[in-house]
This record gives sequence, structure tokens and C-alpha cells, in this order.
Amino acid sequence: MFRRLHEPEAAVTITVDGAPLVAGAGETVAAALLASGNPVCRQSPASGQPRAPFCMMGACFDCLVEIDGVPNRQSCLVEVRPGMAVRRQARPTPVGP
Amino acid sequence: MSAINSGEIDLAVVGAGPAGLAAATTAAELGLAVSVFDENATPGGQIYRGIEAVAAKRGADFAVLGDAYRAGESIVRDFRASKAAYAPNTGVWLVQKDRQLGIVRDGKAGMVAARRVLIATGAQERPVPIPGWTLPGVMLAGAAQGLLKSAGMVPAGPVVLAGNGPLLYQLAAQLVAAGVKIAALLETRSERAAALPHLPAALMAGNYLAKGLGLIAAVKRAGVPIRRGVTELRALGCERLEAVEVAAGGRTERIDAALLCLHQGVVANVQLSLAIPLKHEWSAAQRCWRPVVDQWGNSDVEGIAVAGDCAGIGGAEAAAHAGRIAAFEAARALGRIDAAARDTHAASDLAAWRRHLRARPFLDALYPPAQGLVVPADDVPVCRCEEVTAGQVRDAVRQGGTGPNQVKSFTRSGMGPCQGRMCALTVSEVIADALGKPVAEIGTYRIRPPIKPLTVGELAALE
Amino acid sequence: MSGTDFIVLGGGLVGSAIAYGLARRGKRVAVLDEGDVAHRASRGNFGLVWVQGKGLGMPEYADWARLSADVWPEFAAGMKERTGIDLNYRKPGGFQLCLSDEEMAERIAFIDRLREQQGAKGYDCEVVDRRRLDNLLPELGPEVVGGTYCPHDGHVNPLRLLKALHKALGGAYRPNSKVTAIRPAGGGFRIEAGQTVHEAPRIVLAAGLGNLPLADMLGFKLPVRPQRGQILVTERLPAFLDYPLSGVRQTEEGTVMLGSSREEVGYDNGTSPEVMRSIAANAVRVFPRLKHARIVRAWGALRILAPDEFPIYQTVPGHDGAHVATCHSGVSLAGAHALRFAGYLAEGRLPAHFTAFHSRRFDVPKAA
Repeated sequence: MFRRLHEPEAAVTITVDGAPLVAGAGETVAAALLASGNPVCRQSPASGQPRAPFCMMGACFDCLVEIDGVPNRQSCLVEVRPGMAVRRQARPTPVGP
Repeated sequence: MSAINSGEIDLAVVGAGPAGLAAATTAAELGLAVSVFDENATPGGQIYRGIEAVAAKRGADFAVLGDAYRAGESIVRDFRASKAAYAPNTGVWLVQKDRQLGIVRDGKAGMVAARRVLIATGAQERPVPIPGWTLPGVMLAGAAQGLLKSAGMVPAGPVVLAGNGPLLYQLAAQLVAAGVKIAALLETRSERAAALPHLPAALMAGNYLAKGLGLIAAVKRAGVPIRRGVTELRALGCERLEAVEVAAGGRTERIDAALLCLHQGVVANVQLSLAIPLKHEWSAAQRCWRPVVDQWGNSDVEGIAVAGDCAGIGGAEAAAHAGRIAAFEAARALGRIDAAARDTHAASDLAAWRRHLRARPFLDALYPPAQGLVVPADDVPVCRCEEVTAGQVRDAVRQGGTGPNQVKSFTRSGMGPCQGRMCALTVSEVIADALGKPVAEIGTYRIRPPIKPLTVGELAALE
Repeated sequence: MSGTDFIVLGGGLVGSAIAYGLARRGKRVAVLDEGDVAHRASRGNFGLVWVQGKGLGMPEYADWARLSADVWPEFAAGMKERTGIDLNYRKPGGFQLCLSDEEMAERIAFIDRLREQQGAKGYDCEVVDRRRLDNLLPELGPEVVGGTYCPHDGHVNPLRLLKALHKALGGAYRPNSKVTAIRPAGGGFRIEAGQTVHEAPRIVLAAGLGNLPLADMLGFKLPVRPQRGQILVTERLPAFLDYPLSGVRQTEEGTVMLGSSREEVGYDNGTSPEVMRSIAANAVRVFPRLKHARIVRAWGALRILAPDEFPIYQTVPGHDGAHVATCHSGVSLAGAHALRFAGYLAEGRLPAHFTAFHSRRFDVPKAA
């Protein structure tokens, strides 16, 4: 959905759902996802619809992903680090009989 | 520049945008022990996002981003050179009236005390609820601009810009300068006739008008197709945005798009000031809430001040002046300077601040949000988190819901992770419209802590 | 508003449930409520329909809480039928857990005293050891030693309950009607709510803490006070918890509610970091998995407590047509209020054993 105007000066490799993704140093996880070809970061907990980063300033909470085992991190506020393991979030298993 | 809050804090600043940075730099010069808390990794706020990286490594991007952005360089540089402590990546999840702050950083939560608090949390974009606005591929215009600033990223496929306001044209001009082909710019509303009476004052305020006209001219020169008088907007797609449907002048067309950037102005970010709570009022001109403050930024709570766009939209330049003004007042309140010295120090900032604010009535009148986007149709989701539609809000009103808090209880609007940031304004407007009352009488959600992400484990280990 | 049989003052869970019960019996009712901002324990409570541990010192209350739980399934089904709103009422039984052997011993002694008090009726609450708990509750923390289980306990979405009651009441529910004066008139009452005037032969004071000024208007000093409880709620989590606990429950949406404190802070319904921390710390001790759950909101709400913490049901002294219903368990007791208490009012007589709930119990000097 987005592309870089220049090649990043320093590349950082993270994994997204296990697959490697190269990002630029200093980029946020959300930015890396938006440049990856698949911007979706989670399914909405209410309906399961796919969601992608929306405001990129920490207000909308649509860009929540699991980072290094911790769920619901705001990916637009977290910078990529080498080896970071990012997972897209599925809708939580619904409660009920 | 020292490490995080060692020792006692005279002035705790929340937010590292122009208001917060200017306030911190000035207060530190006056000998105050200042700590700046900001959730972002680098200083600058939204307006100067990524400025240090651009200055150091991507200097060419200044040509794309423009002079207004470049102005942030000196603000950030002065701040870095000051004695103010700086805590990046730090969420402020609580501010109590006794000036205790709850912070969270690297998975650790703590409480810090300050003699004074300055809230400088800036602005956020007004929500733009249209059908399909939750689809991947639909973003706020400021989000796309933030990507350009912080990562040098531009839209990769067909992009449509829609809405109104200075930022929309600024983004269009920046994308054009970066060589991006814009599929269409869809303008919902501009009210030249209503704005005209405010023009003389705006001309006195600085070069806002010339800048704006320059941006529009650049966009036109680039041959960007522009539709004015847009009455309906719809994001189409199944799992992702595929096209934008737009109605203007009685004609409906479909424009293929991979990205739709929405914008209808910015509003004061009042999440923290509401949570304390400070006293707020409704700004009819800006159609948003703002804390009630005096010219020094003092709120109704002793020792807690507010500066910059979070006290009402004035723009980045006004915000920096407001930050400095608040710093002089902080020094006075803490007994470092007397009132006469404060007045002398602050005189030029006060004059400049007032001059910049004179441009606002013109801009506010020229680009009011479109009524259909402020009070959307029944089928439009207003709360993105809990997926509550405008129709459900109206149903709750019909069942006796008199205000946003009862409606929140009955619909779950505002109960999701964004804590109402994306729906509060719309919900209050829809209720006001349904009851035929002014928004000022309807009120807004009661905002409860923690207002920044905090886990049960972090809270359990609170120090 | 001629032709109104009852005016119910208060549109929270207690007032609305009573009014709904009256309307079900064909009575013409009006419910006067405040606006968007009021004390509103009905919007701030935990959502338990709870029996275990209630009523030590007043067997009538232990019975009343149990009766309400017994009629709750019928009540919830009726609300669903009438309004289409599913209250998410579940009655799997509930647990209170203990985090030390001392706590466990105290809990067992407490339940034993209740059992003794209830005598031949018995008291359905069993002690469950850690091994059995492990089969029923997921991944408990190491400190949990055991707990008590009561099969009559359950939980419900209290906001849906309030919404459904208002929907069932329809036009009888009048918001923005804060009562400014109550005047006895012609054998009945004239109620002023700002510029509006309502009249009815009988009124019910059921406004939670709002009952204090209302009773005052009739010269009656109601012996109740606010007591704050704080609650945390997490983001939606995958389903993990089948049973409500006294301080932890997973809602139908998946959010987890954590409670709840007891603080004497007057009318302040805010929150405090110290209490929020202790609630969070307890939750992590019970379910370590909650450590990573993000808190979406914390709030304070005010319980309405008599000195002995039991309900007060009576008529206002000197005003036979003015009834008072004041209690802090508006969710648990909603079933009994709608399906039983409203019937007593409709028939014009409280049962004999309800004298136990009269506030004159506080006048009796304690035996030396």
C-alpha cells in the first residue's frame, strides 16, 4: 500500500507471522507492515473484519499486533528491532455456550 | 539533556510537540527542573514527526515536506541542547489533580510527582465516519503524511484524497512533489462566502493564506483531478479498499483506489484533560471540546496548565508560543520570577501567539466539517472499536438515552481500546442532532484512566 | 398525568425493575430519572447475580437473595420475550477463591455460620479444594488454596439489563426529570421535576443514593451512605473462564472485569492508583495469564449501604402511600424486585417477614 522513496540506510529484519520482513531502521512496525504488501494487522474483536493502521499516531488502536509474545501492542508507536517477532492478531475466541 | 526524571520535578510536560518542546526548553532556561514525557520514540510530535532523522539522513525529503516542516528543526535542536529531561516511549496513563502522574515505559509502570503539569498533547484528526471507513486501505490523511515524514513512504497504488482542510491540500502538494500520481482530490466543503468576513484578520496573521493558495496551485498544476461540492463518499471493497464512490453535483462516480486518505480538519486532543478532569467547553467555531484556560494556559485545577492545539486549534507556530508563555507562567507560579518579569519575558510571545490565532476564524469558517460526516446516516459505523452505527446511537436516544454516557452503556460505543477517541465527537453530535439540542448541552464521555495502554501486570507491579 | 397508579422515583436498576414489575401487573406507572450524569450505580456495577455469603445476621435477606436468584431465569426469559434483548444471564454457579490457608479457614467458618443461621432450610455452598478447582478453573496461580462454590450464583450484562428495562417501560420512562419537590396532595403525591408536575396516589422512592434527598423531602432521614468500589475492565480476551468469581468475571464480549474494593470516600466516584494496583495484583495472583491483558478502563461506583449493609424496604413514616426501596444489589435483586416486590406493592401490602427490612431495626439499642 506504501513504498519507500529511498532504500533505507540501514535494514532491519523482523518476522511477521514467522516470515522474514526487511524494514528500515527507525521505522515503526505499522510502517513496515504498510510497506509489506499486506497492511492487515488484526481481525476486529467485535466482528472479525480485517483492520489495518488508520491514524498512525496512537489514537485509533486499529494497528494492534502481537510483538514478541505480547498482544495488543500499538504497532504505530513501536520501532522495529532486529529479530522482532510480529504476529497479526486473530479475533479472540468468542465467549458463550 | 539528562536521563529520565532523577530527583524532583518542577514542571512535568506531557507531549513533545511544538508546545511541549518550547515550554520545556524555556522552563529549563529559567532554571526549572523539567521532565518531558512522550509516547513517541523521537521528539517533534505529529507536526515535526521524524524531523531529526530527515535532517540527519534524508535531507532531500525537506524539499517534499516543505518549509513549514523544516521550522521544527530548531525547536527540536534547542530542546535537545536544553537541560530538560526527556522520557520518550513513555505513556502518561494518569494525571491526578494533585499532580501525580502515572507513567508506563518498557513494561514498567510508575508514579511521579510534579510541582506543575503542562499538558501539551496536541491535536488529533477529526473522525471522518463514512461507509466503509474501517476497511484496510482507508486512512486518515495525517497518517499518510506521518509515513512520509517518519519513513519517507508514499502511497504505492492509486490514491484518493477526500474531505477538506489545509492538511489535505498540504498532503496533496507533498505527494505531488514526491512524484506520486493522485487519482482524485474530493473536496467535501469549502465556504468561501462565510469565511470572507474573517479574511482581513487572517491576512494580518502571517502568510497562512499565501501558503494555502500556493499549495492549491501546485496541486492544480500537477493536473490532479479535483471534484468540489462532494455530497457523498463511500469506501467500497470486501476485505480491502477497492474503489471510492463519490457523489458531487448530482453525479455519482466510482474511482478505483488502493488508498483513500480522509481528512476534515483537526481537533483538540482532550483525552487527558477530560480524564483529570479539567473544566471543558464546546467550541462552536471548531466543533470540538477544549479545556477552559486563561492566556497563560492555566486550567481550573491549580498547578495544571494546557498549551498548544490541545487547548484549541491554533497551529504549530501558535503552539510553540503558547508553550513558552506557559513556561514563563510556570516559573512565576513556582516563585522563580515575579509577575512583572513574566510579563516582560512573555510579551513578544503573547503578541505573536495572538497574531497567529487571528488566522483561525478564517480557516475554521472556510473549512467546516461536512454536516453529513459530522452526523452520519444510520448505517455508518461511528465507533470503530465496537462497530456501533449511528443508527444504534439514535435507537438508544429513542429509548431515553439523554447523553453520551447512557448511550455508551447501551451501545458499547466508546468502550473499546481507543476509549472513545474515534467516536466521542460523532456520538455527541448525533445525540445533539437527534434531540435538537446544542452539543454544548449534550456533553461528552466521561474519560476514565488508564488513558494509555497499561496491562494488568504492569499495574499490579506499580511503583 | 392523571391515571397514574405509581410514580417510581429513580430509573436505575432498582426503580426500573420495580416499575417493570408493576407494569406487568397492569399498573400504570411513570419512572422519573435524572439525566446523563448522576451517581448511577446501575452503570458502574460488576454484573453478578450473587447468593453466596449474603445475609449473615439477617436470614430474611439470605432468603431474599436466594429467591431472587431462583426467579432470575424466569425474569431474564421474560425480558428477552418482551424486549428482544438477551441479557446474557448465565447461572453456572460461582466461586469465591482464597489465597491462603487463613483466608480459607475464615471463609469456611463464615459459611458455616450462615448455614447454622439458615437451619433446616440448609445453605447451598460447598467448600472446594485446590485439586477440584483445577478441574473447573483454568491455570490458577500457585497461591490459590481453594474456595467456595454456590450453584445459585450467576452473572449478567447489567447494562443490557438496564437497557431492556427502559425499553420495556417505553414511554413510562422519563429521563431528565430530576425531582425537585414531593408534596402530599389529596391522599396522594404531587411530584415536581423542574417545570413538570406529576401526580399519583402512590410513589416508590428507588433512586439509590438519590433516595437521601428524596426521603428528606418527606421529613424522613434514611440511614444509608455511599461506599466506593473500583472496577477494572480489560480488552476482549479469548474465552477462558466459564464461571463468575466474586472478583473476576469474563463477559459475553470477552472483556474481563476485575473488582472490587470497598472504600469510605463519600461521593467521590473516581479511581485511585493504589486501589487499582491492588485489584490488578489480586487478579494476577488468581489468574497469572491476565498479566498481559490490557486495561481498557477503570472506574469507581458508589454502593448504597445501610449500617448493616442490608436492604431497606418500608413505607415512609407518616406517608403510607410512599414506599422506599434502597439496597446495593440492584442486579442480584432485580428478579425479586420485578417478580415479587412489585407484586407486594401492587397488592398494597408487604409480607409480614418484611418488617425485618424496616429501618427501625437501627433504632433498637444493642443488648448489653
